[in-house]
Order: sequence, then structure tokens, then C-alpha cells
Amino acid sequence: MTLFDEWALTLAVFLPLVGMALVLLIPRGQETAVKAVALITSLVTLGVGVGILTQFNYGKARALQFSVNESWIDVINSRFHLGIDGISLPLLILSMLIVPLCIIYSWNHFPEPHNPKAFLALILLLEVGMNGTFVSQDLILFFIFFEVVLLPMFFMIGVWGGPNREYASIKFFLFTLFGSALMLVAFLALFFTSKEATFDMVRLAQFGGSGIDHTTQLLIFAGLFLGFAIKVPMFPFHTWLPDAHTEAPTVGSVLLAAVLLKLGTYGFIRIALPILPDAAEAWAPWIGLLAVIGIIYGALCCLAQRDMKRLIAFSSVSHMGFVMLGIATLTSFGINAAVFGMVAHGLITGMLFFVAGSVGERYHTREMGRLGGLLTQAPKLGWILGFSAMASLGLPGLAGFWGEFPAILAAYEPANLANGLFGTSNLVTFRSFMIVAAIGTVLAAGYLLWMLQRVAFGKPKPEFEATHIHDVHASEWIAWTPILVLIVVLGIFPGLLFSITDGAASSLTKVFGG
Amino acid sequence: MLNSVWIIPALPALSFVLVLFFGKRLPKRGAEIAITAVAASFIASCWAAVEWIDRVNAAEHGASIGAFFGKSVMFSGEGGAAVEPVVNSVTWWQNGGIDFGVGTYVDGLTVMMMFVVTLISLLVHIYSTGYMHDDRRYTWYYAGLSLFTASMLTLVVSAGTLQMLVGWELVGLCSFMLIGFWWEERENSRAAIKAFLMTRTGDIGLMIGIIVLFFAVGSFDIAKTNAYALNGASHHDILLVASVCLLIGIMGKSGQFPLHTWLPDAMAGPTPVSALIHAATMVVAGVYLGARLYPVFYEGFSIFNGGINMMALVGGITILVGASLAFVQRDIKKVLAYSTISQLGYMILALGVGAWVAAVFHLFTHAIFKALLFLGAGSVSHGGTHHSFDMREMGGLRKKMPITFWTFIIGSLALAGIFPLAGFWSKDEILVNAGSNGFELFLVVGLAGAFLTAAYMTRCVYLTFFGEYRGHHHPHESERSITTPLVILAGLTIVAGLINAAPLGIEKFTEWVEPTTNFPDLVHAEFDAPLAIISVSIALFAIGVMSYFLFRREESSALKGLTQRNRLARTGYTLLERKYYIDYLYENIIVEGIREPIARAMYWVNQNVIDALVNLVGRSAVRVGRFAYENIDQKGIDRAINASAAEFGVAGGELQRIQSGSVQRYALYIFAAVGAISVALFVLSVA
Repeated sequence: MTLFDEWALTLAVFLPLVGMALVLLIPRGQETAVKAVALITSLVTLGVGVGILTQFNYGKARALQFSVNESWIDVINSRFHLGIDGISLPLLILSMLIVPLCIIYSWNHFPEPHNPKAFLALILLLEVGMNGTFVSQDLILFFIFFEVVLLPMFFMIGVWGGPNREYASIKFFLFTLFGSALMLVAFLALFFTSKEATFDMVRLAQFGGSGIDHTTQLLIFAGLFLGFAIKVPMFPFHTWLPDAHTEAPTVGSVLLAAVLLKLGTYGFIRIALPILPDAAEAWAPWIGLLAVIGIIYGALCCLAQRDMKRLIAFSSVSHMGFVMLGIATLTSFGINAAVFGMVAHGLITGMLFFVAGSVGERYHTREMGRLGGLLTQAPKLGWILGFSAMASLGLPGLAGFWGEFPAILAAYEPANLANGLFGTSNLVTFRSFMIVAAIGTVLAAGYLLWMLQRVAFGKPKPEFEATHIHDVHASEWIAWTPILVLIVVLGIFPGLLFSITDGAASSLTKVFGG
Repeated sequence: MLNSVWIIPALPALSFVLVLFFGKRLPKRGAEIAITAVAASFIASCWAAVEWIDRVNAAEHGASIGAFFGKSVMFSGEGGAAVEPVVNSVTWWQNGGIDFGVGTYVDGLTVMMMFVVTLISLLVHIYSTGYMHDDRRYTWYYAGLSLFTASMLTLVVSAGTLQMLVGWELVGLCSFMLIGFWWEERENSRAAIKAFLMTRTGDIGLMIGIIVLFFAVGSFDIAKTNAYALNGASHHDILLVASVCLLIGIMGKSGQFPLHTWLPDAMAGPTPVSALIHAATMVVAGVYLGARLYPVFYEGFSIFNGGINMMALVGGITILVGASLAFVQRDIKKVLAYSTISQLGYMILALGVGAWVAAVFHLFTHAIFKALLFLGAGSVSHGGTHHSFDMREMGGLRKKMPITFWTFIIGSLALAGIFPLAGFWSKDEILVNAGSNGFELFLVVGLAGAFLTAAYMTRCVYLTFFGEYRGHHHPHESERSITTPLVILAGLTIVAGLINAAPLGIEKFTEWVEPTTNFPDLVHAEFDAPLAIISVSIALFAIGVMSYFLFRREESSALKGLTQRNRLARTGYTLLERKYYIDYLYENIIVEGIREPIARAMYWVNQNVIDALVNLVGRSAVRVGRFAYENIDQKGIDRAINASAAEFGVAGGELQRIQSGSVQRYALYIFAAVGAISVALFVLSVA
């Protein structure tokens, strides 16, 4: 164990907190100093991430690495246990990458009411929560980080958001809080009912629910499910998402889409599946059902949207459906696809929200009926929108495909072959899901191309004909280039990500025979 | 070379990146890079072809020596020795500890396709320097061509089905971008989206077919998949399901009935693109897939039985649908588009009747003469009508544009299947094999198609080149960059058929292209002189009858007269003009149905049912909580929270407004509610 190995994760989580404290100490007038401190903090954190990437032992991606296990709250036997494996690593890096890009993007145009100091402090606090969630190996720790995320996002929407921000922020806050409260109950139930009174996720996964009777397992899983499903969000718990996205400032939407939604799916993979495998098998067909309903339902709702950002928000419901379908198959294909899908969705939808924000900022409207001819007025912005739309509809050669295709593939042969829905075998159930999900890819192409047609193609509408539309700014280029490059690189070399996740995903699904 | 064919798609891919980022700054605006890259790819493809032919010859030589020494030699097909394909692959991604590869699979079919794709692409690149010269997105156009060429070649060299899917979708993307190339006009972007969505609808089938095969075979590998299909132990049901699914994908990509309606609309793109993508290469991707995984279809559809199967049926219907619709078009490119649909029908029909070589041979000759016809149509609009493709504005161009005229005539005769041009040999091979394999019905369909083809091409040629000029410009012959590719293609159209001219004893195409391993034992029909004479006579008869009507009277008056006099003719004409109402079904009923009522209804449910429920729960929680709050919750707690929040009041007034709202209280209620649920759950789980 080198010094870096021991401290890397702690640094990854708490450096942003230090940065936040520094930001709060700087007087409000010194904006440049505030921005510089925030950016440097996030970049140093990313640097730690790069260090982790280089030191990570890819041959043993299934094992926890960079572990820290110190005593913390002895009364309830909760420990400060951090660690990452091949599933957490990509998500941790994604979170570390998106934050500095968001800070760079905001550099010169903070949304009203401005106040970069508070805005950046909140972003850094958000990063503490996000990074912390991905590295926690103790349920209480996980819960705290999971909740820490809520507060900054609530203020970002509520203060810097659009006209309907109060409703949206309160809805976001309460809805997710409701879910996480039930999740906490489930955690406590695990603590009391499992063989050993512990919150340690590794230990609990080793027990795999043994000693808890089946009905109780099902109930506990339901609690976990609600907590995570609301965060994902799965149909029918998704209604907070479009409102939150529509009202949130651009950066808020990006962070929400890129990282926050993944906390839910990550929770399924990290906590719900390994700790309660029997219950997971029992619930899987239902989760799969909600997932494919979400795919189609989200896509259809997209087709009814007039606001560009709201459309992208609904597309998240659809895309996260593919991730959840992958998880519900309980196979290595499915879990690998889910993790890939999370990263890809984070990059691609994050990118779409960036573009939607930039379009809204330039035209002062995101209503697609009024837009048009973006390609003539700001060709580069238009092309980036087109590129992101193509990535989002799952075009092979770009990252989105590798989240979608293996998930559909996995549904052909789920791990558990018996006990499907409505009296059919699980095989039949999931094969039906496969077909529905495949149809969803056509609908995805439909709404994204339709958006592209209304926003980018054609000629500008008369009201904007004379308006000067600035093409992509320098700060936008810096913030976007890494994302665009990653979308292409991961699309062409999916092995870069699959090789990291596969070990962990395979060992996780062994218990399901997948 | 056969081991490093990856370089053939890699060159245009590199060119795409270079043109995209640096093209605008170069003297020729990027065209020079694109042309150099595709020329290099073409040379490399020729080199690969030569090496492949050597390999085939060496194997045959070896076989004869083997026979001489009395050793047992593996024979397959018609007695040629087995020539193993050259396969190379590297790890692409992994799952469950298994590596999935990406790589190249080179055999005669691959080599032939690489040759066709790079040849047509090169000629189109050259042609476009003249044709697209004044376009404002010239650089971008060349980037698109490069990307297309790279994607198509990736598809062609694929060693696995998943890799094929990647290439398949990428050529679809390029097709989308180039159909909608002039996206300022709504019609063009509409056509582009239509093409993308329809082919993607077919891709549902392709995707599922690939998945079904993957789980049956345990690999995406093409060689293993084919071996599995021919292995007697394989499940016929699985192969049937996979074949049907894959066929749906083929229908989408290769414009087969009923997923063909995007192809005529795709003519909205620049003409060289139509020639390259929507005639010669991309649309034959479906046929290529059919040929590549032929054992799957052969076993899945039990083609050896000689009964009616789905593949032959789809091809047969498509021949007639396409050919009949070609009659009523006024746009020369649409005539050619429907003709392409019809000819693709011949290829699918050929696969469906067990005439593999004929299908692939027709793919080869069709690519050449249809590219010639499209480029000729482009030349007509470039020099003759000033960017119009409406045949009512043409006429009499034969004298003004002699090179275009003569090359177009050669292409048309080849398409009509007139001896001894390329189209004759390939079409004849399809017909004779359909007959000898016991598919007499499809032989008749093929002959009917031949009649229609010759007739509509006569009409097209007449309206364009004969009679009086009806346009408003000064027609002149196009420049050299445009006519040179026409002449080259016309030359190839004359000679290309001769590489598989059975009566002359030349069957080189069969020898070089037909796989000898993992391939069903297909019987090759002998050349049938009477059938050849019949089919040529039918075509000549059609040309004669059509010319008679056209030269005797003005076509418009003859048709008008007929449709006014005869109700049946009128109904028929309307049916054709409305394209059998298939587009109406798709666009007005299915697409509009999903986009308007269904999507709106879903969204209504979202806002007024699901979300309303959420709001109701929220409001009820407040009401329930208020009781508890007023009795249990002391103002002190609330004050404490307010105080702490005020400390955090970094955001000033805005924040205060929310603070003074009732969030904390709501949160409190929620926690109270959750507390109650938790107690209940505890009781339940402990009990």
C-alpha cells in the first residue's frame, strides 16, 4: 500500500469540500479568485482521478481497491469504509470529469441571479456527494453522501432556475427525499435482520441475504427499489425529472443528467442486487417491465414536447430504461451494458443539455416551433447538436450504442429462466421486453431527428433572421471537447470500458448464474 | 494484402477526419485528400483482388496435383478446391471473460465488393469535382463521401455480424446526411429523416436476428455462424426466426417491399450521392448481408426445397412493384430509383431461389450500369436543364449532349437486359437458375419484370433525349470531369458481363467469388439458349411497343386520352400515382398517428394522471401533516431550521424567498410520514 493508495479516495471525496470552504472564505467581490479556486479544486480532484486510473489494477477489477476501512460510528457499527472496483471506477471518473467541465462552461455566463460564489460552492458540495456515493462501502456512509447531493441541487434549481423554479425544486427535493427515506428504512432493516448487525456493504453482500426470510427480503428490496427507482428515475416515479430539468440552470441539468441519475442505477448494482439476490430475482421481471414501459413511454412523451430541454429530459427516462433493462436481466451482459449505458448517457445527455442551454441562451427561447436554421446561423453549434443527437439515438461507432445493444442482447437470455410475468416463463417475458426495447430505438431516432429538423435544419424563422447568433465560444469548446472526444473514443473502442467493468460485473452476476 | 485489408476502409476514414478539420484551408477545398484516399483504396482493393485470384488458382493447382497423386482432396461445390477465407481479428470488447473481436474476413465476395465500392466511389469522387463545384458545402460534401466509403468498406470486410451492424448503421447515417445535404429545404430534411427511420425500423429485425444467431452460435463470427447453419445439428426453428428477422433488416436497407418507400424520396440528395449510395453500394448492403450469411437463409427458408419462400416472394413482389411504379414518374431520378428497387428485387429473388452466384453477379453488373445511369441523369440536369430532373423539361438532348446520350443508351440497354451488355448476363443467370431450381413462378415474375424494365426505360430515354427540347435553357454537353466517368462506366458495362459468360465457356466470376467453405452445395444451371432468346425478345418487344406509341403520338395525350376514356386505366393510373397508398399508410396513418394522438395522449396522462397523483400525494401529506405539526411540532424547531438556513443564506433574496417558503415543513412532514411507514415495515419484517 503506497500513501496514494491509502489516501486517494478520501482525497477524491473531500478535496471538493476543502475547495468549497476556500470559496466561501473569499469575499464575494473577488469573482475571479472564486472561479479560479473552484476550477483548480475540481481539476486537482480530477488529477486524483487520473492517478487512480493509472494505479488501478485492471487485472483485479472485481476486487475492491484503494480501500479505507476505519472505525467511524461504533455505536451502530458503521465504519468509514471506502473502496472502488471496476463498476465504481468509471462512474467516479465521470463525476470527476463533468464537474470541472461545468465550471469551465459557466466561467463567463453564470445564470441569473449570478452570484458565482454560491453557485460554485454548491457545485463543489455536489461533487462531494457524488464522489462519495460512488466510493462508499458502508450503507450509512452511502446514505449520507446520497443525501448530500440533494441539497445543492435543490438550491441550484430553486435559485438559479427558470420561471417555475420553486415548484420544480420542491418537487425534486421532496420526491427524492421520500425515496431515500424508504431506502434508509431498508438499510436499517438490513442491519437488524441480517446475520450480523453491520452496515458494511461487502459483508452484507457476502451474506447475500441468507438468514433473512423470503418475504422480508422482498419487502426490504421494495424499499431499496423505491429509493433507487425514484432517483433513476423509472416510470412511474419520473415526473420530478422533466420539471427539474426544464427549470434547472444548464449546468444543473448537465450534472443532474450526467451523474445524479446514475446514483440510482448504481445503487441497484452495488447494493440491491448483491445484498438481496433472491429478492432481486423475484423482482427482476417487474423491474424489466417498468424499464421497457419507461423506454416507450419516455420516447412517446418526447414526441409531444415543444421545449427542447423538456424533450431531452424525457429522453433520459427512455434511456435510463435501457440501463434498467440491462440490470433486470441479471446477466453480465446486462450489467456491463448498464454501466456502459450510464457513462454513455452521462456524456451524451450531458452534452445535449449543454447545447440546449447554449441555444436557449442565444435565442432566449427553447421552444422548437420558434427555432430553426441553427446550422445556418451557428453551424458548429448545429453540428454538435446533430452529433449529440446521433450519439443519443444509439448510433454504432458512438458511445450510446454500447449501452443499448448489449442490454437488448442480454434480454434475449436473462439469468433466471423461470417465473416470468403473467404466467409466462421469464425467457418469454424478457424476449418480449427485447422486442419492445428494440422498437424503442426507432422511436428514439424519431424524436431526436425530429428535434434536429426543427432546431437545426431549415431556415431561421423571421423573428430571428436578423439576430446575430454567436457560434461556439472558447469556454464552450474547452468544456465540450473532452466529452465529444470521449463519445467517439468509447464508441470505437468499447473495450476500454468493458475491460474495466467486466470482471466486476461477471463476479457480481455469478450468484444469478448469469 | 489479404491480411491487411483493414487499410482499405482506414484510408477513407482518415481522409474524413482530415477533410473535416483541414479541408477548407486546402487549395482544392479537401477534394484532393478524399480523391487520393479513395484512389489508394481502389488500388489496394485491386491488389487484394489479384492476390485472391492467385490464391484461388493456387488452390486449384494444388487440387489437381493432389488428385494426380491420388490424395484425398476436399471438394466442394462444382469441383473447385476449398479456398479458405483470410480472417484476421483483434479484441474489440469483452463480456463474461470472453473477448469479442473486430476484424476482416476476406474471400471472393469481399474482394468483389471492395472492388465495386472503391471503383464507383472513385468515379463519383471525380465526377463530383465538376458536378458539385459551386456548392457552398463542397468540403463537407467530400468529408461525407469519405465517411460513407469508409463505413461501407467496414461493413464489407466485417468478420462478425455485430461489426456488420456497425457499418450498416454508419452507412445509414451517411445516407441521412447526404440525402438531407441541402437541409435548408424542408422537403430534403423530411426525405432524410424518412430514410433513416424506415431503415432503422428494418434494423429492429437485423438487430434481433443478430442476437438470435449470437445465442445459437455463441459468437458473432461470420464463419462460425455459417458453419453452425450448415451443421445438421442446428435447430431449424432458430434459423428460420433468424432468417425472417434478418430479412426484415434487408428489406429496410435494400428497398424491398414493403419497406421500399424511402428510396425514391432519397433522390432529394445530390445526384452523385444517389449513384453511389442509393444505387450502387449502400442499398446493396442488404443483398450483401444475404449473400454473406447465405447458409442461414438457405437452411432457414429451406431454399433447397424449391417451394415458395419468404425471401423469393419479397424479391418477386418488389420486382413488380418497383417496375410498375417506374412508369408513372416524371422525375428521371425517380424512374431510376424505382428501377433500382426493382433490380434489388431481382437480387433478393435470386438469393431466394438458390441462385447465389447470379444474385451477386447481378449486384456487380447493376452497380456499374446503374451508377452510369444515375451519373448520366446528373449530367443531363447539369448541362441540359439547369438542375431540374423533370423529364417534361427535357427532350431532344440527344444532339446537344452526345456523350451523355450514348452512354445513357448503353446503360439503359444493359438494364433492359439486351445481349451482350452486362445486365443481360446477370439477369439471364438469375432466370435460368430460378427455372432449373424449380421456381417456375419466379421465372415468370422475372420475365414480366424484364418486359416492364425495357418498357419504362424506353419511355425514360425517349422523354429525355428524343422529341423537341422543352426546357428553357441552353443545353450543352457537360465538362470532362463528368463525361470521363460516364465513358469509363459505359466501357465497363459493355465488357463486365463477359467475365461470367457461360456460353463462351467463361465462368471466372463463379470461380473467384463463390465461397467454397461453409457454403451450401448449390447447383449451377447450364446456359439455356432458348430462355436467353425469349428474355431478350421480350425486352426488344417491350422497347418496340413502347417506341411505337411514343414516336407515333405525344405520350401525354395518349395517356390522358386513355385514362379519361377508360375507368380501369384511370383507377390503375391513380393507384400507381399514389404509390399503392403505401406511403399514405406510413406517413399519414402510422407516423402521424404516433406523433399526434398517441404521443399527445401519453403526455396528457403524464401531466394529468401520474403527475397529478404526485401532486395530490404531496398536498395530502401537507394536510395530514398540518394536524401533527400544529399539535406536536413546536415553533422552536422551525425557528432553529430557519435560523440555520439563514446562515447559509449565500444567495441573498432569492434564497430567502424559498427559505420563507414551506420546504422545511414539507420535508418534516415527509420524514414524519416515512417514520410512520418505517414503523409499519419494522413491525412487518420483525414479526
